[in-house]
Amino acid sequence: MAEIVIIGAGPAGISAAELLVANGLKPILIDEGTRAGGQGYRRPADDLPLDMTKLMGSEAGRYVALHKRFAALRSQIDYRPQTLVWAIDGQRLHLLRDGRAETLDCDSLLIASGAMDRIAPFPGWTTPGVFTLGGAQVALKDQGCLIGSRVAFLGSSPLLTLAAKQYRAMGAEIAVIADTTPFSTKLAAMPALLGAPRTLLRGLSYMAAALRAGIPMLHGVTPVAVEGDGRVEALVLRDGSGRERRFPCDAIALGYGLKPETQLADLAGAAFAYDPDFRLFLPKIDGFGRARPGLYLAGDGVRIGGADAAEASGALAAHAILADLGRAQDIAMIRPLARRVARLRDFQRGLARAFAWPREQIAALPDSVTLCRCESVTIGEVRTAMAKALGPVEVNRVKAMTRCGMGRCQGRVCGPALQEIVAAGTGQGGEAAGRLRGQAPVKPIALAAAEEPA
Amino acid sequence: MERSQAQFRRVAHRSGPPITLSFDGVPIRATTGDSVLAALLENGALARRLEFGAEPRAGFCLMGACQDCWVWSAAGGRIRACTTPVSEGMQLFAEPQGMAGAHG
Repeated sequence: MAEIVIIGAGPAGISAAELLVANGLKPILIDEGTRAGGQGYRRPADDLPLDMTKLMGSEAGRYVALHKRFAALRSQIDYRPQTLVWAIDGQRLHLLRDGRAETLDCDSLLIASGAMDRIAPFPGWTTPGVFTLGGAQVALKDQGCLIGSRVAFLGSSPLLTLAAKQYRAMGAEIAVIADTTPFSTKLAAMPALLGAPRTLLRGLSYMAAALRAGIPMLHGVTPVAVEGDGRVEALVLRDGSGRERRFPCDAIALGYGLKPETQLADLAGAAFAYDPDFRLFLPKIDGFGRARPGLYLAGDGVRIGGADAAEASGALAAHAILADLGRAQDIAMIRPLARRVARLRDFQRGLARAFAWPREQIAALPDSVTLCRCESVTIGEVRTAMAKALGPVEVNRVKAMTRCGMGRCQGRVCGPALQEIVAAGTGQGGEAAGRLRGQAPVKPIALAAAEEPA
Repeated sequence: MERSQAQFRRVAHRSGPPITLSFDGVPIRATTGDSVLAALLENGALARRLEFGAEPRAGFCLMGACQDCWVWSAAGGRIRACTTPVSEGMQLFAEPQGMAGAHG
């Protein structure tokens, strides 16, 4: 029987595994996490008493359904949690579990690696107490902890109001919800958002709830500084009218939408193309998620679309795997899935305008701001290196000169901002700035573990 | 390294057995199942000092992606605090022990 491996036990990976099992196959489902569900539908451990129905709100039904489906699936698949895929060489995966390395060969590989927050630096963003917006939610769902008692939500993302709502429900004070995109830009993007009315209404209801609660909600802000010595004491912003405002707080949740985790797809040989709407290089896929023969990509790990799109795209990829293994697929089942994926991913393009990546703000940041938090490289050091560089300037060249993007996170955090600094410096746009190439290991591993297993 | 004020605020308490670990010699009380980072930040400790310039850090992404919350164990190895559960008697440090200047 063909060996089918799925990486990632979120909505995309679970949906794909389900369809393969329904067709008599037994896929291997590898997940770095301890429990299935991915980041968005992360399930707390049984001994952590959290009211997930309250936390998940309107998504509670889908959350419960996904975990029920996984429970039914678990005995029918080869499920390998707490397993890191740290390198991919053709159809051979390099795994690490409990400090032990092993390899795994497969015929079909589906990567559903999920997403993380896209981050724009600003003065003081490396101060302890500044966390990613997604991280603020993970701290709650995974650890039953708030990142602080009085939290500022900063960035540009519909998830700012959602996370603030969850934090408020759990007893946090919300210092401010501050979005860098001007309100007029959001209104202009409205028509593009009507394609997913349920999601749009949900977003508007979060905003309304924040307003009713008297939480300061600002649009079109420019982050100015984090005040505090070794800890967050206040967030300073310039509001849309140019007035400087100070919000006392003890933690800041920072996020500019989500960014696919594409490192494994890169190592597996996917080709990439620049997407001008998201200003990111994304893997090239066909309508089913095929990246090359034997390699399939689904979920937020290849295109941001949210949990519903992830489920549908996981199922689509499973149909493609089955078709490529010579099993005829029912087009009547495929069409609605493809339509749903296309509609939800289009909606994200509208969101990318309503919650814009603040590239002008990034390009205007002072030299003193840290860009790469792993290697402590400032924006000024990157600008200086660019001025000195011989030949074409692009991100990999700048990385080699400055170590920006070369640290432990492999450019996951600084990559998008580095691209904008380079683009602004060359004046040639985001695409010409180039793409930070992925390198194995995708996450740090002990040197001993990387040796060939005996 | 100790901070008087906690960073994380716990809103749900686990039902498992209590355990004690230490961070830079200071005992930290936690509950089985807690992540090392949650235990540290709930107790007002920082996670680490940056190898370059000793800047304080306390993690960032909280989901195992940014690698900003590595702490050092007594044995000289590193652990990623946000994805490693606490265990009884763990001895952790903000800086490498007996390996001055090492980083990676």
